[in-house]
Amino acid sequence: QAAVAEPVSRPSGRHTATLVPGDGVGPELMGGVREVFKAAGAPVDFEEMFISEVSPNQSADLNTVVESFRRNRVGLKGILTTPTTFKGGVLQTLNMKIRRELDLFANVVCVRSLPGFQTRHNNLDFIIIREQTEGEYSALEHESVPGVIECLKIVTEENSMRIAKFAFDYAMRHNRKKVTAVHKANIMKLGDGLFMRCCEEVSKLYPKIEFETMIIDNCCMQLVSNPYQFDVMVMPNLYGNIVDNLAAGLVGGAGVVPGESYSASVAVFEQGARHAFAEAVGKDIANPTATLLSSCNMLRHMHLEHHARVIEDTVLKVVKGGKIRTKDMGGYSSTSAFIAEVIHCLP
Amino acid sequence: VASQETRMLAKYGGRNTVTLMTGDGVGPELLSHVQEIFRFAGAPIDFEVVEINASTNTPEDMENALLSVRRNGVALKGNIETRFDDPSFKSMNVALRTQLGLFASIVKCKSIPGLNMRHNDVDCILIRENTEGEYRQLEHENVSGVVESLKIITAKKSKKIARFAFDYAVQNNRKKVTAIHKANIMKLGDGLFLESCREVSKDYPDIEFNDLIIDNASMQMVSRPSQFDVLCMPNLYGNILSNIAAGLVGGSGVAAGSNIGDDYAVFESGTRNSGRTLKGKNIANPTGYLLAGCDMLQYLGHNQHAEMIRDSVMTVLSEKQIRTPDMGGSATTLDVVKAIIDDVKPKTLAWKSLAEHGAMLQ
Amino acid sequence: SSQNRLVTMIPGDGIGPEISVAVKQIFSAAGVPIDWEDVDVTPVKGPDGLFRLPPKIFESMARTKVGLKGPLATPIGKGHQSLNLALRKAFSLYANVRPCKSIEGYETPYKNVDIVTIRENTEGEYSGIEHVIVDGVVQSIKLITENASMRVAEYAFKYARDNRRSTVTAVHKANIMRMSDGLFLKCCREVAAKNKDIKFSEMYLDTVCLNLVQDPGSFDVLVMPNLYGDILSDLCAGLIGGLGVTPSGNIGEEGALFESVHGTAPDIAGENKANPTALLLSAVMMLRYMELTSYADRIEDAAFSVIREGQHLTGDLGGNSTCSAFTDEICRKVQAS
Repeated sequence: QAAVAEPVSRPSGRHTATLVPGDGVGPELMGGVREVFKAAGAPVDFEEMFISEVSPNQSADLNTVVESFRRNRVGLKGILTTPTTFKGGVLQTLNMKIRRELDLFANVVCVRSLPGFQTRHNNLDFIIIREQTEGEYSALEHESVPGVIECLKIVTEENSMRIAKFAFDYAMRHNRKKVTAVHKANIMKLGDGLFMRCCEEVSKLYPKIEFETMIIDNCCMQLVSNPYQFDVMVMPNLYGNIVDNLAAGLVGGAGVVPGESYSASVAVFEQGARHAFAEAVGKDIANPTATLLSSCNMLRHMHLEHHARVIEDTVLKVVKGGKIRTKDMGGYSSTSAFIAEVIHCLP
Repeated sequence: VASQETRMLAKYGGRNTVTLMTGDGVGPELLSHVQEIFRFAGAPIDFEVVEINASTNTPEDMENALLSVRRNGVALKGNIETRFDDPSFKSMNVALRTQLGLFASIVKCKSIPGLNMRHNDVDCILIRENTEGEYRQLEHENVSGVVESLKIITAKKSKKIARFAFDYAVQNNRKKVTAIHKANIMKLGDGLFLESCREVSKDYPDIEFNDLIIDNASMQMVSRPSQFDVLCMPNLYGNILSNIAAGLVGGSGVAAGSNIGDDYAVFESGTRNSGRTLKGKNIANPTGYLLAGCDMLQYLGHNQHAEMIRDSVMTVLSEKQIRTPDMGGSATTLDVVKAIIDDVKPKTLAWKSLAEHGAMLQ
Repeated sequence: SSQNRLVTMIPGDGIGPEISVAVKQIFSAAGVPIDWEDVDVTPVKGPDGLFRLPPKIFESMARTKVGLKGPLATPIGKGHQSLNLALRKAFSLYANVRPCKSIEGYETPYKNVDIVTIRENTEGEYSGIEHVIVDGVVQSIKLITENASMRVAEYAFKYARDNRRSTVTAVHKANIMRMSDGLFLKCCREVAAKNKDIKFSEMYLDTVCLNLVQDPGSFDVLVMPNLYGDILSDLCAGLIGGLGVTPSGNIGEEGALFESVHGTAPDIAGENKANPTALLLSAVMMLRYMELTSYADRIEDAAFSVIREGQHLTGDLGGNSTCSAFTDEICRKVQAS
């Protein structure tokens, strides 16, 4: 029966993926990914388009970028900076627009300790799944009377069901044992209550997966005191933002945690914790680990299992070796030295 | 009516998770070949394998399998044998269909070019009501030695299947729908079915409609099968005719079947035989399951992959003439599978991207 | 002792009575010039048949302006108002303050934590305004006002100055919630401009989370809207070992209420096993609020040194001593100082 089980390691076809380098150190890191892909012979062509909210003059049109993602169905994306100061006009940020256009409703952050890189907690391995189309981040805000601003948080059954199902499906596919729904339903009884109820209802279809709920503030405390209890976590937008970053901090910071966003038909791979790291631009000090790991996840998603494994193993080996580390990991190496080392170590 | 979440497919980033129910007999081996070919073709499918067969028939196993389909929306399934010696044991195949509301069963029978059969012009679609009729398993023994089996026909379900058949005809450029019945004898039950079909046919003036009595239809099927296009019928007749039609095109290993409901779809080989005698001999015909897999890809919107695999299957059977013994060949199952993979591989070469391939097809 | 200030004491449920006795004992050992007025918060049935908090508690708080509160069991669905909510309303307790400082002798993976979270307590996401728009669609409203934002920002800077802190960091998400968090941030900036002696910085909520677990030592005073505060204050408590060692204070326009925020631990209630540290440190915060700083320092030093020596720790701190032994040891240290 197993006679045909030859690995599909080196398909001869080429794939195209969209590449949005992003702001800050994004372009540097993406350059690194390209170099590594080339060296590893990963059969991926990138369709690169620069889009940015902070430098609108050089930015491509939103529609072009969205169309490219839709056509290629897969892409790699750097972090887009959003100016904090609101000068009137459109409340939605560019990130939100892209997400909304593509309906990227689910964000996945894989929190995994890197072997050989000591942090306060080691051997962590859990997944954070975040709803990212509604909730507090809907950009529905208005000034009712001067000095009083209402910000609307919308929770819908449809989207709550969808993200809950996503989380459980993810857990099934990746052989995870437990899903923890994070909420604040003790205070926001209706909104978060709805979210929790949806998770509960969906959980009934997955009897083999343990389901529990946790209040967000307690969850944060548990994350720093006993993060080993978590497996797959699912939560609304704002809490997800908090927990993503918190968890990224646990395993070594924004530079080492990969993330990905999904709609039904498009997958976008990016860093898990979204920091453009603008202050490091041009200094050649940013950590390319997260971007490289998420590009490996992209390869895997594109059926390029062999290349994904080769690059991932090499990156982990370089990290574990400990000689070449960027500043945020306590080393002195530059971004380009790290990339060069990865290329050097490729089998 | 199923709730919101059950209507959703497990589809993220363009990849579907699909339940794979292994079944009995040659099911497990053939389905593993399907997985293999899908992998080589780069079909964006992740399989959730559920081991279910006649020996795992506890209610929990059944429940697990059902839940898995409810989660993923779509399943590819081997046939599960029904034990006849145990009257308390109900058919899992039937239970699956009723519980998931898979009201329509579709069997596609099409002659494979180059394969010399008695008829080489068969191309019909058999659509069968799947949830009521004789197969409701409403049976009881009134007095010792007297068993009643109830056949249920309702206007609601009859109209639904009729509408489904006509819609299918419209969507697939078919010309004619034939209702199959036995209304001359079962005036009420089959009469209701026929009446429902007639009524629905009025909404589809572009599709020709006629009806045939089941016994006559069986005869016509073996003598002049080219007259049939789309057939619409109650449960039992469907079972009979689809087996006949499958026989015409090359046997139980060739036809593909699917079970469609409002929320879920389960794909399987066209004739629901497990092929127990062929198990482990490496001679079973993978065609039926492969074509079912292609239908599944199409159902999920992965048309390019469906076309590509179907092409390769046909090339191997018709042009390269690598066939299993049931089709008159001498190749083993693995020979066929390897030949298909060899045919699929170079096709992925030409792809720059899925999107361009799509543009090419259009 | 007519010069002594009067303080309302709500012992609370479960382990509440034991730990409040411990605190009183330590206070008298230190000779703190305050008198306690114990009030019971068992709900009483009002004329309309609904259960309410006894009016005595409001009278007492109105007189003393300062309260110390042990843990309360939250009766769910028993039809009387929440004490926290009632007190928060009655005394406009607008800011929740939680200093989280690493405790020597009680090891966690995080060293040198010394963070104060100040949380706006009256509005934001927890304003309780929610409704179902159509079936399956719920809308909650997060409310941010200039008044409340200014008030809490001003308190943050006042706190920083009073407690010799150097930096106030505003935590926000104004890149996404440009108007509501934008307003909060604007108020903080305005207040900062008037308080040039304290350094001011602003940070995204997610960045704070990321950095908190990586380098907690880089934070000082954090000020933020309700929801973020709720989350970050517990997070910080987690950094130093949990709610059992974390004090908390609620600052209002009419007075202030200090409390331990841990649970009532009914399983060990009355068994002399409870850890009074959180309530004691809350009481220390209260002394600082009442400007009885020298007493505060003495008691705090004593408590920390007992924990550091590790000879008389309660079970939750990893020891096997009793509540009273722990308390006695602190009393001894206080008297010796």
